[in-house]
Formats: sequence, C-alpha cells, structure tokens
Amino acid sequence: MTMAWRIARRELRGGLRGFRVFLACLALGVAAIAAVGSVRVSIEQGLASQGATLLGGDAETRFTYRFATDEERAWMAENAVAVSEIVDFRSMAVVDRDGAVERGLTQLKAIDTVYPIYGRVTLDPPLPLAEALAGSADLPGVVMDQLLIDRLGLTLGETVRFGVQDFTLTAAIAVEPDKAADGFALGPRSIVYTQDLENSQLLQPGTLFETKYRLAMDAGIDLDAIKSAAGARFADAGMRWRDSRNGAPGIATFVDRLGAFLVLVGLAGLAVGGVGVSAAVRAYLDSKITVIATLKSLGAESRTIFAAYMMQIGVLAVLGIAIGIALGALAPVALAPILEAQLPIPAEFGVYPGPLAEAALYGALTALLFTLWPLARTENVRAASLFRDASGRGWGLPRLPYLITIAVILVALVGVASMFSGVPTLTLYAALGVLGALLLLVLAAWGIRAACRRLARAKLFRGRTILRLALGAVGGPGGEATSVVLSLGLGLTVLAAVGQIDWNLRAAIARDLPDVAPSYFVVDIQNDQLPGFMDRVDGDAGVSRVETAPMLRGIITRINDKPARDVAGDHWVIRGDRGITYSAEPTPQTNVLAGDWWPADYSGSPQISFAAEEAEEMGLTLGDTLTLNVLGRDITGTITSFREVDFSTAGIGFILSMNPGALAGAPHTHIATIYAEETSEAAILRDLAKAYPNITAIRVRDAIDQVGTLLQSIAAAITYGAAATLLTGVVVLIGAAAAGERTRVFEAAVLKTVGAVRGQVLAYFALRSVLLGLAAGSVAIFAGALGGWAVITFVMDGTYEFEPVSALLIVAGGVLVTLLAGLAFAWRPLATRPAGVLRARE
Amino acid sequence: MTNAILSLDDVHLALDGNAGRVDILHGITLNVEKGETLGLVGPSGSGKSSLLMLMGGLERATHGNLLALGQDLSSMNEDALARFRRHHMGVVFQSFHLIPTMTALENVATPLELAGVGDAFDRAEDELAAVGLKDRVHHYPAQMSGGEQQRVALARAAAPRPDILLADEPTGNLDGATGEAIMDLLFGLRDRHGSTLILVTHAPELAARCDRVVQLRDGHVASDDRNREAAE
Repeated sequence: MTMAWRIARRELRGGLRGFRVFLACLALGVAAIAAVGSVRVSIEQGLASQGATLLGGDAETRFTYRFATDEERAWMAENAVAVSEIVDFRSMAVVDRDGAVERGLTQLKAIDTVYPIYGRVTLDPPLPLAEALAGSADLPGVVMDQLLIDRLGLTLGETVRFGVQDFTLTAAIAVEPDKAADGFALGPRSIVYTQDLENSQLLQPGTLFETKYRLAMDAGIDLDAIKSAAGARFADAGMRWRDSRNGAPGIATFVDRLGAFLVLVGLAGLAVGGVGVSAAVRAYLDSKITVIATLKSLGAESRTIFAAYMMQIGVLAVLGIAIGIALGALAPVALAPILEAQLPIPAEFGVYPGPLAEAALYGALTALLFTLWPLARTENVRAASLFRDASGRGWGLPRLPYLITIAVILVALVGVASMFSGVPTLTLYAALGVLGALLLLVLAAWGIRAACRRLARAKLFRGRTILRLALGAVGGPGGEATSVVLSLGLGLTVLAAVGQIDWNLRAAIARDLPDVAPSYFVVDIQNDQLPGFMDRVDGDAGVSRVETAPMLRGIITRINDKPARDVAGDHWVIRGDRGITYSAEPTPQTNVLAGDWWPADYSGSPQISFAAEEAEEMGLTLGDTLTLNVLGRDITGTITSFREVDFSTAGIGFILSMNPGALAGAPHTHIATIYAEETSEAAILRDLAKAYPNITAIRVRDAIDQVGTLLQSIAAAITYGAAATLLTGVVVLIGAAAAGERTRVFEAAVLKTVGAVRGQVLAYFALRSVLLGLAAGSVAIFAGALGGWAVITFVMDGTYEFEPVSALLIVAGGVLVTLLAGLAFAWRPLATRPAGVLRARE
Repeated sequence: MTNAILSLDDVHLALDGNAGRVDILHGITLNVEKGETLGLVGPSGSGKSSLLMLMGGLERATHGNLLALGQDLSSMNEDALARFRRHHMGVVFQSFHLIPTMTALENVATPLELAGVGDAFDRAEDELAAVGLKDRVHHYPAQMSGGEQQRVALARAAAPRPDILLADEPTGNLDGATGEAIMDLLFGLRDRHGSTLILVTHAPELAARCDRVVQLRDGHVASDDRNREAAE
C-alpha cells in the first residue's frame, strides 16, 4: 500500500491538468444536491423556529361546521393563558356601484380582538388592525388582500358587502403572519371582526365554516401531554389539534416532497456528471498506458497499480466533493436575500451539516461507481503494451469481483437515496428511470455509431466529402460519440421528461377538464333556498345541467371501533373533514360496484356507501363500521356498498353517502354544480347572488387557473433542477470537445495536407457536432417521452399525448450546444499550420 | 529555359520555439527537374524535413522565393496552398499520419474527393490493391501493422496522381524488410504516375536509388550530386 501511495503521490505531482472536467462534474452534481438540501433544511428550520407565529399560537384546535362547546372552551381556557377564536370560510365579496355589481370569491377570516396572539398583521396604509376593523362611524371595517382589491376595482373607503352586511374597506393586508398555516385557498383573504358578521346571514346552521382556537401557552409547557389530553377527551367530538412544533404541516410536507424530488433530479445530474467523471478517468488512464506497462515491466503487481490509481482518483474525488460542498453550502447563504424575498414562508439560511453530508455521500458513491470500471481495467494492461500502440484497444471487461462491487455500490446509492428522500418508491422508480435512460443512451450511442459508420461507407454519400468525413468521425473508433450522447443525452432526457409531464398535466387541466367540468360550484344553499335556486337555473336556456346534493361535513374518527389512524394510517380521507351526503336512491350517475344500496324507504340503523378506490386503499371491506363525527355528534354506520367516484370531472363526488335517516335532523346546506354556457355565467351569478346573498359561487375556471399557476411554479422549480443536470451535461460536452482538440488539430493538419481548405475543415467539424447534437437530442426526446408516458400513465393515471414543441426545442438546443462547444474548440485546429503539428508527432 | 518543377531561390526558414527563434534554413537555392527523384540527406537537425515541408507548402518561408509548377507558393494563403496540394502534391510521413477515425479506403479516397474526382472510391480501392492491401480496405489504422499503415499512406499520397511526391523518411519507423518493400512501392508508384519524387532519408542505400542527392548541413546545401549509378 505504501508503494501504491508513493506512486500515486509522484503521479499527482503532474498537477490537475486533464481533471478539470472530472472536478467540475463532481463539484456541480454535489453542489446542486447540497444547495437543494440546504434550502430545504433552511425552510424547515424557519418553519420550526417560527412555528408559533405561523400557527398564530402555541397550539390550535379546529372544529368543522361549528363553534367550540362550552365544555371545550372551558378546557381551553384552563390550559392556555390566552385564547383567540377565528372563523374561516369562503364567501363572496360584493361591490354595488349604483347597480353595477362586482363579485369576487374571498376566504373570509372573522377574528376576535385577541387575534393575532403572535406576530403582527401589517396593513397598507399602516394602521393598527383594531383601528382598521373599527371602520367608520356607520360601518364596520374590513381589510383585504391587494389582489382582491384590484380584482374588484376597490378604493379605500368604498363599501363591500358580505352576505347582507356592508363593510368599509380601510386597508390592504401587507403581511398576515399566520397565512402559511391556512394552506391552499381558492379566494384571496378578507379579515373582519366576528361580531360584525352577526347580521350578515352568513353563519347560519349548516354553513360550511371552520373555527380555529389559537392558544397561547406558558413557556416550557409539555405540548405532548396537552395534545394527548385533548385527544383523549375531545378527538371523538371532532376536535383537531395542531401545535407550533409543526405550525404549517401542509407546507412542511410540500417543501419536504419538492425537496426530495429535486434531490432525485440532482441525482440524475450526478449520473450525468458520472459519465464525465468516467470519461475523464478513462482518458487519463489511456494516457498512462505506457506508465502502467512500464511499472508492470519493473515488477509492480496489478493490485499495486490499481491501488495507486485508485488513490489518485480518490484524492481528486475528495477535492471535487469538497468544492461541491463549499459551493452548495455557500450558494443558498449568498442568495438568501433574493430567496427570502421570493419565498412566501420563513427560512433561516445558514450552513447545515446534514444536507452537506448527504450530498457528500452521494458524490462519493457516484465517483466510486463511475470510476471503478475504468480503474479496474488497469489490471488488463500488459507490459507488452510498451512495444506496440495499445491506445484504445485491448482494455476488455473488468474482472468479476469488480463487477460485483460496482453492483453493490449501485444498490447502496439507490438505498441511501431511498432512505434520505423519504419517498422510497419514487426514488426506486427514478433510479430505474435514470438507469434505463443510461442503458437506452448507451445502446443509442452504439447504434448511432454503427449507423454513421455504415452511412460513411454508403455509395450515396461518396463525393459528399464533408458529410462523409463527419459521419466517419462520429462512427469511427475513439470518437466522442458515446460520452456526448450519454452526458448531453441524459441531461436533455430529464429536461424532455419534465417538459412532457408538465405539458400533459397542464393540458389535462386546462384543455380536458373544462369540457367536462361545471361552470360553477355553489355552496351553502339553505334548504328553503333550494326550490328558488332550482327555478332560476332550470329555467335558463344556457344551462345544460344542474346537480345538487345535500352536504354536511364530518370526520371519520373510528373504523370498526378502533381509532381511524390505527386502521387506515395517514390516508387523506381520514386526515381532515370530508363531505358527506345522503340520498334515498342512488343518483343516475351512481355506479355501485359491490354490495347493495339501501331500499328507498329504509329507516333502520345507519348505512354507508363508500368510494370504492379509496376503500381499497384504506383496506375497508363491506360490513366494516365507520364512526363519523358530524357537528360534534357521533354517527356509527355500516358500509353496505362501494361506489365508483370520479373526481377527475370536478363534478359532485362524495366519498361518503348515507341513508337519509342516518343524518335526519342534522342541520345542513346543499351543494350544486351548474353546467352553463360561458355567456350565461355572469347573469346566473348576478341573479343568484342577489336573491341569496349568503351563498358562495366558485367559478371552476378560476379555480382551474389557480391550480394551473401552482403547477407552473412547481414545474419551474423542477425545470431549474433539470437545468442543473443539463449544465453538468454541457460541462461533460465541453470536456469532450476540449479533450478532442488535440485530435482535431491533427485531423485538420492531415486534411490540409491532402488538400482541404479551412472552410471545408470547419464545415466538417461543425457537421460532426451537429450530427452528435442531433443524435443526443433525438434520443433524449425518445427517452424523455418514454419517461413522460410512464409518469402520466402509471403515476398520474392520465392519458399521455406527445408534445412536439418542447421536444423540437430540445433537439435544437442539443444541436446548438454541441455546435457551440465544437466550434469553440475548432479555432486552434483551423489556425495551426500543418507542418508544426505533423512534425511534433514524428 | 529550365524544366524545373520546383524552384527555390535564397529560401530562409526560422521558427519560434520554446527557447526562442531558431534559424533552420539559410539561403537554400535549388531547382528540381520534372520527373527527377531527389534524395535529401544530412545529419539530424540539418533541416531536411523542414525543407521538404517548405516544398509542400506546409511551412512558410521566412525569406526567399519558392516556385512550384511556376506558381509562387510564398504568395499563397493557407487555403490556396491546400488547393494547390490537392491537385499537384502527395506527402508521405515517417509516422504515416492516417486519420484514425477513417478506414483505409476512406483515408485514401479523401484527397480524391477533395479534388472532385468522380470515382474516388473506385480509384482508392485500385490504389490500395496496388500497394497490396486489397483485403484490408475496411480496416481502421489501429487494426493494421506499421508497414500496412505506411502502405495506406503511400496509396493516399499517390492516388491523386500528383506531379510532386514528397516523402519524409517513409521507412524510419519500419523494420528493414518492410522498409525495403515500402521503398519498392514508392518508386513503383512514382514510375507509374511519372511524378517527381523528393525523398528525405537517412539511409544511404535509399539515397542511392535517387537520380540526385542533395546533402544539407546546418541549414545549408553542403553538396548537390547527380547519382551516377541512378543516372546510368
């Protein structure tokens, strides 16, 4: 080993020439993963340390559809030093300017004077919240998101109506400290005092609203103990708990998942870098054949030589990883002011060892994985290589133990990624995807080379010297085709796959959904309003269909008398409150897949018809009992049928439907979907809002747009990740072009000697680059489309359609990048005189 | 009126190297007759190869005039020189200098294609057959021995039927028997195409096969002798 180290040290004295690509590839890949991980941890840290502000209290209890009972209030008062009550629901903000009415959907937050317990609501103009909500002498005040103010064309001092209560707009909301904890909302925020809604007719029995009680606790209190106490006493009554240790769980999960996904994209980048690393090591070892052969002829054993070169590569890998770690750690800190301004949530940027260690581990495993193969082949170099030109031939396959080690490292890398990402299935698929893409690209590179070789000899191209030369160069031995197709191809593949998935998702939402989706969702229709509502819409020629259903909301608290979470884990159906409907007979759209619907006149114990797909996911079977907490009351029913529920049409779909007797007496409202011509939509909304000021109509097109915007931002984040992969690909490409410069100088000299003018030599180099870019881009489109198809078909359950525009852009991009890289290194070959070059090689 | 195919008048060559500017050739004046075989001999560093490169337009004279087939090479730019070579000159190097990404056939066909020859590949195949490589046309340089590679290089240089054939120690990297075979081929090709052959060599027996032997020493023409045996 000492001998190996001595050899390694002497060899390393030659400096880092030839290893720039190696270092750049490894550093870039590690830096991308370290940066993503650091940003993720920074956000998590921000969420954790500002959990109380985000949540608006040290803890929060939530109730659906109702206020807390006296018993619950008493318990909260007993355990907290302060309690703030918030009512949250969707409503319509109406502005009536002498008969010209503007309406906008809003998420109304009704507060008490204790709000906010933590943090501060900042307004524009900078008034205290209490002063703003006090309003004017005649009317109470309201503050609104600037977006809603702009949408309704409001000016400060104007009157806005909620239900039948007028308010005066006093300020715009600049900062709402607990906004992130409230999660995704369809309408922009308005804030009023709860007491001012008393005469609004909005908070009627059955109205869909949520109450939140924010609790300020004594410092050092045991939140776990209080949580357990609350759970034991009130969980079955529908009380839900959240505390400052995870103030915005939705965002935390989202950040965690997006971060994990970006790390997977980063790993694809590292795989691209691995190709560059492997190519660099191979080129280095190629140049060392005579050294290796000399060492062997002097008596060095294969393992000494392997160890010597392994150590050299190891030293360089440590250097590359260190550079990557430094970049990945410092970039988020350096960009903190920009990132903080962009992020809607708090983040505490700093250097966190966890994600850096994770990135270093990925880097080390990748470096090992991609260098072991070429390193292992040093054993195959014979001393006889000294006596003949052995470059580029006779390397052969590594021995079996090396191949097994490579497989073990690969499994370890995927295993580590699965463990860290927290989404093992996705990681496994992503790893299989990257491996599949690499295999496909290797095969494609081999096929492209074979095809070019054949075409170069084709009679068709005889006389087309430049084209034939380019084809021959791509197909010939020692060309850069394989590493370019692999590195650039993989980068472009990731980009192509993201492009295809993004387009297909957006197309599914923007193009397909409006064809089947209703124009409006209407909620909070009171029982006595339903006949009038139906009269208005049924009589409209522009309305093609109206569906209504009674709706309550409830929480599944127990399954077969066991806590629901013990049976169904963290399934989304039991995570919060769900809509529940009832009906004596199945609707015409109902498709019962198993069991029987109750008789129309059934009046026995409660029966439940459950959504079939979700039931299967939760492990429910016919005959299981579910306990639902509706408005604080427990209803236990038996599942007697499973139905098909299609949520993809945005129509009415309930996970739970019960026989009417089961919910008899529970106050409830109705939900309706209106399928109308776009031209009729405005008039319907105007008439309904006028007649029934309490109801809320949600325009589906607006909701779809909002989801589309959200998807766009996610796609943008992933595209940045994919761009990092592509950047690594470009580095490999530049490396290949730089490494090929010496060969090109020689080729140019020979071609000039046999009569080629510089224009022809340049055209040859350019065409050769174009062919390689075209090949890499085309393969990337195929592989990217394949990946896109797999994700859309198997993960999203959608129908995949090939999107040609981004695909063509990717081919064009591939061609452009290879052309630029090729031409950047064409200058020297063109400028150098043949004599000097040829003489130097004599 | 001289029948010179190449005419050098007070040609100087100086090159920039790591150690500064080095004067290689000092005032070479020389005429090469059409159809002549000229051997350039001399010790290492005497400027033989540099003179050959100048004659091929691969190097540019620092001073002096160089006419090839009546055209002034020193006034031509890179591309004009390339065009001149493609029609009038063939060059053979000691290290063969085949393009490794091309097969033997493609290597030989390339100058013919550049010269716009219609049946470039057929002619290239004939040339390879003429040097005994009929069965190796689709082999890459790395798949051939040194002798075979040099034969491909010979075929490539001779294929366009150049007026002037320049050879820089073509047997320098080959064993004696192979070298002899190569020289037979070179002289054979020269006879077949009637080219003027200018040959740089260290080997006296090769020089002896030339009509005329010019000896260089320190960048000067030390002697210029008609070879009696060859002339006879």
